[in-house]
Amino acid sequence: MSEVTVRKPRPKHLALNQIRLPLPGIVSILHRISGVGLFLMLPFLLFLLDRSLGSAETFETFSNVVGHPLAKLLLIGLLWAYMHHFCAGIRFLLLDLDKGTDLPAARSSSRIVLIVSLVLTVVIGVKLW
Amino acid sequence: MVNRQPVGAHYGLKDWIGQRATAVFMAIYTIIFAVCALALPEFSYEAWSGLFSGGVFRFLSFLFFLSLFYHAWVGVRDLWMDYVKPTSVRLALHLVTLFLLVGYAGWAAQILWRL
Repeated sequence: MSEVTVRKPRPKHLALNQIRLPLPGIVSILHRISGVGLFLMLPFLLFLLDRSLGSAETFETFSNVVGHPLAKLLLIGLLWAYMHHFCAGIRFLLLDLDKGTDLPAARSSSRIVLIVSLVLTVVIGVKLW
Repeated sequence: MVNRQPVGAHYGLKDWIGQRATAVFMAIYTIIFAVCALALPEFSYEAWSGLFSGGVFRFLSFLFFLSLFYHAWVGVRDLWMDYVKPTSVRLALHLVTLFLLVGYAGWAAQILWRL
């Protein structure tokens, strides 16, 4: 044996706090997190739709619930989740069609997704309240 | 000669396409909804319920909910498959997810069709 190859010690598990996720990775995990958030809040959103379409009286209940500061905060969060899931979803559909798969394009499109979904959240949020 | 399929039952591909097809429909519906909502003269019970009592809009809205629940089924199922290793727990979570989503579909139909 003339040479001993020195192997880099590989991590035995993924140390999440040491991994620096690249921008497309951040978009990807936020797509998953926003999806989970929307799924968990489905009963609340269906309840709101139900109250808003029931009758003039239940519409009043809907207005009161939506007017509560905590509900507003939650709904702004869900609005962002929807916008992010929407924009990131369109990006993933384009990637499926083999559009923008090289690294610079994938990085810039993930930056666009993050910015556009935040801007849409602010614009719609301001318009609604 | 036996015509062997080297891969499984293809339900993976079916779900993969289904998730994307529902995504495209929901994206289009989102735009239609946004345009219609912006066109409302005011946000009152009359205007809001009037929007949903239109035949075409109600039809599209119901399709949106069915798409949403199928889309969510594939997404949440993937989540359990990625993170939950014990088969019995995963099966239980799959069933709970499925039951919830089917129930939501009934609820959505009731919301839209009693108008």
